[in-house]
Amino acid sequence: MNFIAAIINGLSSGGTYAIIALGYTMVYGIAKMLNFAHGDIIMMGGYAMYIALSLAGHPILALVAGIVFCVLLGVAIERYAYKPLRGAAPLAVLITAIGMSYLLQSLAQIIFGSAPKMLVKLQVPGFFMIGSLRVDYSTLITLIVTVVVMTALTVFIKKSKPGRAMVAVSEDRDAALLMGINTNAIIAITFAIGSALAAVAGYLMLMKAPSLSNTLGAMPGIKAFTAAVIGGIGSIPGAMVGGILLGVVESFSYSIPALAPFTEAVEFSILIVVLLVKPSGILGKMRREKV
Amino acid sequence: MSLKNFNWKKYTNYLVVGGVMLIFGLLSLVGVSDASITSLLERISIAAILAVSLSMVVGFLGELSLGHAGFMCVGAYLGGKVAALLEPSLGNGPLNFFIALLVGSLAAALFGVIVGLPALRLRGDYLAIVTLAFGEIVRSVVMNLPAKLFGGTLGLSTPRMDKKYLFIMGFLLLLACLAVTQNLIKSKHGRAIISIRDNEIAARATGIDVTKYKLFVFTISSFFAGVAGVLYSFSMYTVQSANFDYNYSIEILVMVVLGGMGSINGSLIAAALITFLNIQLQTMLTGDLAVLQNLFYAVILILIVIYRNAPGLKGFREKYNMRTISEKLFKKKKTVVENADAGEEEATNE
Repeated sequence: MNFIAAIINGLSSGGTYAIIALGYTMVYGIAKMLNFAHGDIIMMGGYAMYIALSLAGHPILALVAGIVFCVLLGVAIERYAYKPLRGAAPLAVLITAIGMSYLLQSLAQIIFGSAPKMLVKLQVPGFFMIGSLRVDYSTLITLIVTVVVMTALTVFIKKSKPGRAMVAVSEDRDAALLMGINTNAIIAITFAIGSALAAVAGYLMLMKAPSLSNTLGAMPGIKAFTAAVIGGIGSIPGAMVGGILLGVVESFSYSIPALAPFTEAVEFSILIVVLLVKPSGILGKMRREKV
Repeated sequence: MSLKNFNWKKYTNYLVVGGVMLIFGLLSLVGVSDASITSLLERISIAAILAVSLSMVVGFLGELSLGHAGFMCVGAYLGGKVAALLEPSLGNGPLNFFIALLVGSLAAALFGVIVGLPALRLRGDYLAIVTLAFGEIVRSVVMNLPAKLFGGTLGLSTPRMDKKYLFIMGFLLLLACLAVTQNLIKSKHGRAIISIRDNEIAARATGIDVTKYKLFVFTISSFFAGVAGVLYSFSMYTVQSANFDYNYSIEILVMVVLGGMGSINGSLIAAALITFLNIQLQTMLTGDLAVLQNLFYAVILILIVIYRNAPGLKGFREKYNMRTISEKLFKKKKTVVENADAGEEEATNE
């Protein structure tokens, strides 16, 4: 029974990781950069939800406010910090992204203080039983949201025009430009979608543990990032698989008392093993280098 | 080589570092300098070793390491543990320090190989990810190991070396670090390393073993991070893993970027400046205001990188960089002086 409980918990936290990892992997696929600030966009979204909750007081309004704020923030960061560096050395973009992550964290601490805010209204109390197995409603909601988000995103990428343009840009940006695709707009759309997903993930995280501080997004961000690399960075199904795998491993590691304190070490060790065995990740494709 | 042909310019930084060490060493022998100055010097030497060694990876190899504090943590804990074990028999003198130094730095280098091996075989930003993960692993493992081993959450208590002399050790090690770095960069191997940064495919095509060189540089860099860690453990009564967090790695990165990537002297100056500023700000900003410092670093990091790298700012950069501005000023002065001379001549002629 413990085994099944661990799997269900793992699927649920893995779903959250997968949603965050989608943001990393989409941006990487299209802008060829690691957006280190992604985790902190989650945190900023959390604060937007906090303000909306104290003003309006309804969780759904808070979610909408969080999504809108994150989309604006993500697009603004792309426009003012990353876009000027398009075409510059990858290291420069990477360092700017780290600086941006650092900037958001310290900004949030200056504005809201370091004491955590409690968003109790987001919590979903209650549980139901399947046999002797206890399932929280929040876990169920997370699972449903994960499935919905993943399906919607897959359909969007496969069927819609901007989605297919995104695939084209990630395959070959110059060729996409020649085909009449507005690459700048596509990159902005990618950041917008990634940031909206970050807000959703933030909501799911706060629903389970309502404590919000300026480091809310840091650790989940790093883990989701690890998940994206494990699944194959740049690959959307890869991010889903990697996120869920990481969540399940995390949940199992927590359930074994001897391993529990070292859960983070276990998770990051998977990354190192994957990089040693299959560097392109589970579902990633190795690209041939061309001069 | 006669003294006349000796190129002093190449050795300015050794002279400055050595000079500072001698002056303050003498002052502290005489007993003039106080504890705040010696502890500032200790911290500067630690920061400078970290910055110079990270600059090797970021500035010359062109890879990003976000776990420099993690390697420092390995050095501090293992070196500190060895020192604490040896303290009853050897005391906390130089002998104990050197044994701890050897253990701490070699352990850090070993971890450098372990972390670098999977990441540096690959092209792309994998080193940044793996080192970031490594920094977190080290911190959480050290904190969660039984308290008997590394002191758990309370931190490991280590022998504190005599405050008067530790900074001399620090500066000697900094000189060693400078010597290794500069000679490596100027050698045949250094040119290979820089060619990897500038164009990896071209470097590989000319027969350079890219992975070997990357691993080599990264290992040396983590070795010196371990050296800095051991120094740190000797400058503190307890070593706490919380100090080696992600923010500290970023602070070292800020030093390297602020000093100018690919400039060792720049890293040195920036390390000294930021350490000094940190100590000054610590007393000025307390509580939540302390974050203003981080905000300041973040803004500096972003602005400097965008200014120096943005393709759209190329024209602006060429027009308004330090060199052209100083050249212009210099030329102007020259012409002004010439005119003045001419004027004088005219005046005397009349």
